[in-house]
Amino acid sequence: MFLVTAFAGLLLFVMVLALYLKSRPILETKTLGQLFLATSWSPSRGNFGFLPFIVGTLWVTLAAVVIAVPLCLLTAVFLSEYSPRWLREFAQPPIDLLAGIPSVVYGVWGVIVVVPIIKDHLGPRFGSYTTGYSVLAGGVVLAIMIFPVIIHISLEVLAAVKFEVREVSLALGATRWQTVKHVVLRKALPGIFAAVVLGLSRAFGETMAVLMVTGNVARLPHSVFDPAYTLPALIANNYGEMLSIPLYDSALLLASLILLLVTLVFNAFSQVILARLSRRVA
Amino acid sequence: MGLKIHIEVRDLDVFYGNTHALKKINVGIPEKKITAIIGPSGCGKTTLLKSFNRLVDLAEDVRYSGSILVDGQDVLAPGVDLTAVRKKMGLLSQKPTPLPMSIFENVAYGPKIHGVRNKKRLREIVEHQLKEVGLWEEVEKRLDEPASKLSVGQQQRLCLARGLAVEPEIILGDEPTSALDPISSKRIEEKFLVLKDKYTIVIVTHILRQAKRLADYVVFLYFGEVIEHGPAEQIFANPQQQLTAEYIKGVIS
Amino acid sequence: MDRRRIEERFFQGLMVLSSLVIFLSLVLILVDILVKGLPAMNLAMITQGPKGGFYLGKEGGVLNAIVGSAALAGGATILSFFLSLPVVLYLNVYLRQSSRFSAFIRFSLDVLWGVPSIVYGAFGFTLMLLFGIKASLLGGIIAVSLLIFPIMSRAMDEVMKMVPRELLETSYSLGATRLEAGLKVVLRQAMPGILTAVLIAFGRGIGDAASVIFTAGFSDHVSFSLFRPVATLPLAIFYQLGTPFPEVQDRAYASSLILTLIIVGISVFTRLITRRFRSYTIR
Repeated sequence: MFLVTAFAGLLLFVMVLALYLKSRPILETKTLGQLFLATSWSPSRGNFGFLPFIVGTLWVTLAAVVIAVPLCLLTAVFLSEYSPRWLREFAQPPIDLLAGIPSVVYGVWGVIVVVPIIKDHLGPRFGSYTTGYSVLAGGVVLAIMIFPVIIHISLEVLAAVKFEVREVSLALGATRWQTVKHVVLRKALPGIFAAVVLGLSRAFGETMAVLMVTGNVARLPHSVFDPAYTLPALIANNYGEMLSIPLYDSALLLASLILLLVTLVFNAFSQVILARLSRRVA
Repeated sequence: MGLKIHIEVRDLDVFYGNTHALKKINVGIPEKKITAIIGPSGCGKTTLLKSFNRLVDLAEDVRYSGSILVDGQDVLAPGVDLTAVRKKMGLLSQKPTPLPMSIFENVAYGPKIHGVRNKKRLREIVEHQLKEVGLWEEVEKRLDEPASKLSVGQQQRLCLARGLAVEPEIILGDEPTSALDPISSKRIEEKFLVLKDKYTIVIVTHILRQAKRLADYVVFLYFGEVIEHGPAEQIFANPQQQLTAEYIKGVIS
Repeated sequence: MDRRRIEERFFQGLMVLSSLVIFLSLVLILVDILVKGLPAMNLAMITQGPKGGFYLGKEGGVLNAIVGSAALAGGATILSFFLSLPVVLYLNVYLRQSSRFSAFIRFSLDVLWGVPSIVYGAFGFTLMLLFGIKASLLGGIIAVSLLIFPIMSRAMDEVMKMVPRELLETSYSLGATRLEAGLKVVLRQAMPGILTAVLIAFGRGIGDAASVIFTAGFSDHVSFSLFRPVATLPLAIFYQLGTPFPEVQDRAYASSLILTLIIVGISVFTRLITRRFRSYTIR
């Protein structure tokens, strides 16, 4: 039993190690500059410029976070500070359900609903021609996918703020919103920040839905209506050719390693904040 | 009697779910005096206090009926401005609860949320109130430190300063010294005796000696009902009801 | 004074709006899948595999994917269960609550929980290369069990943590070994929660595409062989949607409906279990 547990503890390291070993070939052949600052991606010619994918992933992730965070925070505050208990409980199942819907299904929905709206309505209104397959489409779909994470953790963090502190503020004659703004959110801020970072991390690594709606064009996007190609999409789309072109498998596994390290750092960071918060309450 | 009534409670009933916490309460709280609400634990003293400033609304599943008149206005009426009512009343809770801010910001919080923006004015208010409660010398050099760093006794005085900063008319104390050491308790009690010249004070207490020390007027609440109320000397020396007499003698806890 | 009232009302309105947006998005997605999927749905979808040229417009269904997904997710869930159970038992029965090692393990599991599924696919792929396994049911099972291991462990751990310590101590005082107490008493108490954890993990496993895209391959046949490529529902949907033929795309919607119904079904089922068994646990 101890062995299995030890395995659980080591798994992370093993994964990092394995992916690193597999990425070695390309890391030895190319400099970091050639890999991360170059924009040309044509593996058959030996060009492995990751920049478009890194930037693409950042654009889509940020779009998702910008859309999701305000909506989630407002909703979490509403459920926590303004709703009776039955409403809070009633709201849990839908949120859990959103979390359970598979990525492909979000992708299908994105393709049949979001993409046409952007192509036919939003794009023209802002004066740009777009196929609909864009950063914005990815952002919208991803935002919905990360709603559950951000809301769930924000709710936990808000619930951890002691009741007495709210009582004090209200007793002084503050309105509920003033209490939220000046007292509750202030206390909950680190936890909410952790929730957002976790949401960001989830968005960063999301594959299928993003792949299906962002267009997968390996160019740096210049507006939200441009297509983008994210790192996870890159990996998923090209696994087939991986072994036939030299260094291609190494490159894709390097991309996986980057994903792993980035999400690892974000997650570890958030978990530390949340752990510290729960220790303070306990 | 000749006492001017500041808070008049008429036929107040409060229910938490199916529990009938306060039963047809009728009592008058005199102005600019210290009124002590005494009685066994859990019999509705805090509920009564929190009905005055409508904090009772915050409980899950609470219903109430009746009226509480303060300066002629019924505090329980629907549509009444809650923030104005609560501003009139300062609440000092049993457990000192500093806000998660600095010492300065704690005291300044009240005035700020009511619209005082002028920094100089805020500093004046903070200094004045901290002096009022006797905290000024102890904290003047560290006003920007988090309030949580103060000792419990200091925190309670801070809470009092904070409550006074909004210029209430009535001070409500919910067992304000029960979490404090004897010296801090004494300080708070002395403060109340000074404050009653300007404010109407209502304190809930289960320490009979404290009631005897401080109260001008006493209300005896037993399981949600007012058994007896009147001037302190009369209640303590010559209680009219048997329950009151037994409680004061210490038979009932 | 009025300014505060306006501010309050404004934000209240904003909050209600946000909440509505979030709940509406759920409703919208479910309704759209239903509306698009139902017309394309017929019995053949679930009873037949694709018939030659499936992706070029001929008939058939997704039985290959349904069976494949069930086998893959089922296999992965079982494998993961045999990994999670020892870990959770060890953490809760053998280690003290405050031990640093257990804190480290829990932290690792929490971090693993957030690793993207494609990374698990890539890692699974490297393992497959190492052991000479080709894209197959086995490959998929390995990748997915790694994916759902943190999910299952974490959920089981949460349940086990709630079992009161006294229960364990009572067993010890009656002479049980730690293993006996752990298995017989704690497990029984935590059973509904453990079942829920397993079901949640299964749901995640069956719906994931990124982890199986390299590791399980794809196939038009219904197959149970461990060493042959296997079809999965998520990938079936993906490929169907990617063809230029509207009839095939319609089948993608129907397949999405099937997958969504499975997930919703699991979700409802777990809720029923928790509610029903709440009365059987000691508090």
